[in-house]
Amino acid sequence: MSEIIKKNLSEIIELLKKKEIKSEELVNLYIDKINKSKKLNSYITTCFEHTIQKAKEFDKKPNINSLLPGVPLAIKDLFCTNGFKTTAGSKMLKNFIPNYESTVTENLWKEGAILLGKLNCDEYAMGSSNETSHFGNVINPVAKDTVPGGSSGGSASALAADLTPATIGTDTGGSIRQPASFTGTVGLKPTYGLCSRWGIVAFASSLDQAGPMTKSVKDCSIMLEAMAGFDKKDSTSIEKKKENYSKNLKTDIKGLKIGIPKEYRVENMPKEIDELWNNGKRILKDLGAEIIDISLPHTKYALPTYYIVAPAEASSNLARYDGVKYGYRSSKGNDLIEMYMNTRSEGFGDEVKRRILIGTYVLSSGYYDAYYLKAQKVRQLIKKDFDENFGKIDAILTPSTPSSAFKIGEKTNDPISMYLNDIFTVPVNLAGLPAISIPAGLDKKGYPLGLQLIGKTLDEQNILNIAYAFEKNCNFKNEIKNWWL
Amino acid sequence: MSIDKDKIKHISKLARISLDSNKTESLAKDLTSIFKFIEQLNELNTEKVEPLSSILNTPLRSREDKIDDGKIRDKILKNSPKKNEEFFVVPKVIE
Repeated sequence: MSEIIKKNLSEIIELLKKKEIKSEELVNLYIDKINKSKKLNSYITTCFEHTIQKAKEFDKKPNINSLLPGVPLAIKDLFCTNGFKTTAGSKMLKNFIPNYESTVTENLWKEGAILLGKLNCDEYAMGSSNETSHFGNVINPVAKDTVPGGSSGGSASALAADLTPATIGTDTGGSIRQPASFTGTVGLKPTYGLCSRWGIVAFASSLDQAGPMTKSVKDCSIMLEAMAGFDKKDSTSIEKKKENYSKNLKTDIKGLKIGIPKEYRVENMPKEIDELWNNGKRILKDLGAEIIDISLPHTKYALPTYYIVAPAEASSNLARYDGVKYGYRSSKGNDLIEMYMNTRSEGFGDEVKRRILIGTYVLSSGYYDAYYLKAQKVRQLIKKDFDENFGKIDAILTPSTPSSAFKIGEKTNDPISMYLNDIFTVPVNLAGLPAISIPAGLDKKGYPLGLQLIGKTLDEQNILNIAYAFEKNCNFKNEIKNWWL
Repeated sequence: MSIDKDKIKHISKLARISLDSNKTESLAKDLTSIFKFIEQLNELNTEKVEPLSSILNTPLRSREDKIDDGKIRDKILKNSPKKNEEFFVVPKVIE
């Protein structure tokens, strides 16, 4: 029986549709393993009574025509869930129980999915290792002393450890793709505006996007199909028809033009990453794609731009945490201002404070033009780099990360070296493009490495197809040994 | 740009975050190195570049100015750390 939870989402859906397993049986298998896997610290909250009750309801009247019939799903604790604690990994929200549901999770439940629990993440999604969470760091099931990446680290860890058949994360600068790469799983950041941001705890609103994290490309297409869609409650939601990504998935990529940006061959890039990239090119070429060298000249400015834009937006978004309307409130302070200052000092962790301070400074009087306006201009140049190339190519292939999973504590004292982890993922957010990270190999330590496919605006189907063809020809096998049980 | 302790104090006041005095030194160091990193952007001449504030090409949608929810006062108050009947409670502001 326990072999079942090792299966991909699409296989599990087939079992449920053929009534070879009941939703309640499936739920109990996950609960059993979640209870034995506390060491990984991937869950912040579980809601098993609710999960079992919903599964029973499903089994009584199964609607097998939905996309996710009776499938239990744990989700990143950044999505508001009606009646269930939503902490964003912060002390500030540790007791916050929303009385509304995020649009994306609502879409999942409408397709038959059932909430299994809420997954750990970096505080307010600010981090690349899940070490900034108020609820402690998460362990990567790949090896016990390594981080799962971040900020969707709990999501990646739980998925790779078979504690949920699929999950969703959010990606502001790489928070879906980098942890997917570190855990040998698939992660997709959709085009900005494809998935509604309504009900997601805000970090940087012009960059944030929700997306699926799965064990296979097919699973990814199913999840994206379920969660995407126009939402009038999000003013930046794109008004377009829903697509059938899973039905339209195909492996024929003959004649597609794949760009290889020379600027992504960064200084001191480990040889293994270079080899992985070359191997990826070879696989796509063998499948009939044409490999074309391209240039994205402003790539090196993406991270400095990001570290102005994201903290600026974060400092504005996080101004709402004042200890009055919801969330933590300090008991210290003689007047209103002191109460604000103590609440925010005690409620936020160090990385969040650091980013609020950076954001406040770059937006402050006298510095706005030198920093924020400058960054918006460079953001334009970065987007233009992509626009100009997408006239002659169909997708771009790059490594997902400059290294495999690193050790817990290795980068916590050096913010810049932590930020550099997102060097290949950040440009995509600045340009609002879709990108998918797919597992592509193991390094000599046996840790997974991923490759990233970047697509044109709203061209998710195309990068899913390339990833699908790649997956079938790459023979990647994740070697997770359940050492924590 | 180097960020010193006084500047940190100024920003923390603007951001409404009180800081432990033993933490300002390490924060100043971190922020100085982050700003040095950020200032790479000065290598670029952006005089003729239009700033990009949204990647969507369409203007934001507007909607009719009509209330479509409301009557959720109790729901909103429910998560307040301190309330009194239908009010949020804050420390005294007016003498």
